[in-house]
Amino acid sequence: MSITEILFFFLSALAVFSAIMVLVSRNPVHSVLWLIAVFFAISGHYILLNAQFLAIVNLIVYAGAIMVLFLFVIMLMNLNKETERNKHIWMKLAGAVSGGCFLMVLVSLVRQASDFQEKTALMGTGDIGLIKNLGKALFSDFVVPFEISSVLFLSAMVGAVVIGKKE
Amino acid sequence: MQALTNRAEGVSRKPMSFMERLYIPAILKGMAITFSHIFKKQPTIRYPEQKRPFSPVFRGLHVLNRDEEGRERCTACGLCAVACPAEAITMEAAERMPNEENLYREEKYAAKYEINMLRCIFCGLCEEACPKDAIYLSETFAPANYTRKGFIYGKEELLIPNPKTNPEAYAEAKGLK
Amino acid sequence: MTLLAFDWALLIEKLVLIAVIVFSSLGIALYTTFAERKVAAILQDRPGPNRAGPFGLLQPFADGLKLMMKEEIIPNTSNKVLFILGPGLAMTAALMTCAVIPWSSHVELFDRKIELQIADINIGILYVFGVVSMGVYGIMIGGWASNNKFSLMAALRGASQAISYELAMGLSLIAVLMLSGSLSLKTIVGEQMADGNFWNIVYQPLGFLIFFVCALAECNRTPFDLPEAENELNFGYHQEYSSMKLGFYLFAEYVNMIMSSAVMACLYFGGYDIPFLDESTLAPNIAAILGVGALLTKIVIFIFIFMWIRWTIPRFRYDQLMNLGWKTMIPLALANMLITGAVILWRAGG
Repeated sequence: MSITEILFFFLSALAVFSAIMVLVSRNPVHSVLWLIAVFFAISGHYILLNAQFLAIVNLIVYAGAIMVLFLFVIMLMNLNKETERNKHIWMKLAGAVSGGCFLMVLVSLVRQASDFQEKTALMGTGDIGLIKNLGKALFSDFVVPFEISSVLFLSAMVGAVVIGKKE
Repeated sequence: MQALTNRAEGVSRKPMSFMERLYIPAILKGMAITFSHIFKKQPTIRYPEQKRPFSPVFRGLHVLNRDEEGRERCTACGLCAVACPAEAITMEAAERMPNEENLYREEKYAAKYEINMLRCIFCGLCEEACPKDAIYLSETFAPANYTRKGFIYGKEELLIPNPKTNPEAYAEAKGLK
Repeated sequence: MTLLAFDWALLIEKLVLIAVIVFSSLGIALYTTFAERKVAAILQDRPGPNRAGPFGLLQPFADGLKLMMKEEIIPNTSNKVLFILGPGLAMTAALMTCAVIPWSSHVELFDRKIELQIADINIGILYVFGVVSMGVYGIMIGGWASNNKFSLMAALRGASQAISYELAMGLSLIAVLMLSGSLSLKTIVGEQMADGNFWNIVYQPLGFLIFFVCALAECNRTPFDLPEAENELNFGYHQEYSSMKLGFYLFAEYVNMIMSSAVMACLYFGGYDIPFLDESTLAPNIAAILGVGALLTKIVIFIFIFMWIRWTIPRFRYDQLMNLGWKTMIPLALANMLITGAVILWRAGG
């Protein structure tokens, strides 16, 4: 086992454990914090794949900004008391069915993706994740989707301003 | 309403100009003012080593005086206690024994004389009331203490040292040295 | 064993470097608390702390000892794990920044070329941003776990302030990155040291001003110290903390100050560059030591300016703070970015 493999298994275990803790924690603030731990583990995976830019952007955007807003909302709504009532049996059933469907889709996807089976991840050797190459790829090969997604962000921003300006 | 002085300045309600809205000139001006204070003389008196000079009329801690032969002047008349607006002074009188002429000047003396420094307002009325020149206010102030009891000064703390047996301490307490 | 087939010398070298940098920045932070009190005193015509040791130089140790000896209080109704985690996170996030700062060029020791930088990763400045955005959690978790309304309000203020000013900071930074064409702090410094290039402050005065104001806000320094606004929030987000946990919060602020000074020195003031001196003419070891000295001098000057501002300018009101951040800083930073881009394009074309 090389150091990379040890790190891979450690990060995977951390990610899975934290993800389970997100679901199991009764306190929503704890859930959010465990979710941040998941993001850290995933960023670790990105670094193993030599995608430093993605790793740090994942941290800045998700852990640094979005989860802070989540925490904001949870803290302001004072959800730390366990006020959750028992859900109706139909709600539980619906949750189980939809979760099961999603699991089925995932499993079938992994089983059918035969063209992925031969390819292994480029551990520490690929350089597409480095910022220079990523920038070149984004602004040449993928320029149309990139610009379209920026329009999406712009519309979200305009929407936020409109909602903020009530009067 | 008529202003009492011409020093008051009305609040300006006019909108700020562009330079003022930049804030930066104002901030730099403020910072220049604070910077100039680096070179100002510090008025601090570093207390235990340096002491502020008091004027001769300063009203500080009380001293019970002795006469030239070292006898206590106080005759326990109680005028100081009566004069005291804060009721800080208490005393107990005693009669002088025949062999105590060298200790007390009058036939009656204060066996116990206490001033509560927490109550005292250092007004100096006791000094003015005393017919025997026995109590006066010195140029020191009451030091800090750990307990309230420590602020009740008895005769040991108040009496000036004997000029006969301990002339140096007496001179120091008088402020002659 | 492939595990042992590893450059152990590199590992030891890096560990020593990490230890030296972390402990020296903690030591500098220790004396920054002392300097804060001295600077405040001097600006206010007072002598400042002068009792512990000669000129009061032992004062930080007396303060530290006092903090350690204080009773450790954990409120009954607090969330204990998070209550303890908060100050730790604040401190860790503050210290982690030092990993990418190039403290100097390299020294040559035992036939090895040792870079005086813990990690020269090619996303250097983004890493700083990531760590800074993690620093918010220390404040938020601490403030929330205290289960105190004042702490919570202060934590929310601190977090919203940090997020708001991070945006303007990032935008002002983009202009610098366009100039140097790299995210690595070492390359940015190298670019400024190169012949014929001036420090970035010459090209980016407005960008530096925005970055500096945002750095003040990120460090929760006056005039942006709303999370600690004593007169409205008692003591701010660390109100329920006592003993060394409080010390960690207070200390993290000073470490943050040092780190943001170092980042500003690297981005805009040439890092370890000594002005009007060609370092390549010196022996590499001497150049490295002089470089560390130059960077430290720049850091000390920045810290003094931070303190000077603190003892001059009063605190913002919360709505003024948000207006300044969103309606002034971000448009200015955007304009700065556009102008810089246009000038770079024009020069490249012409």
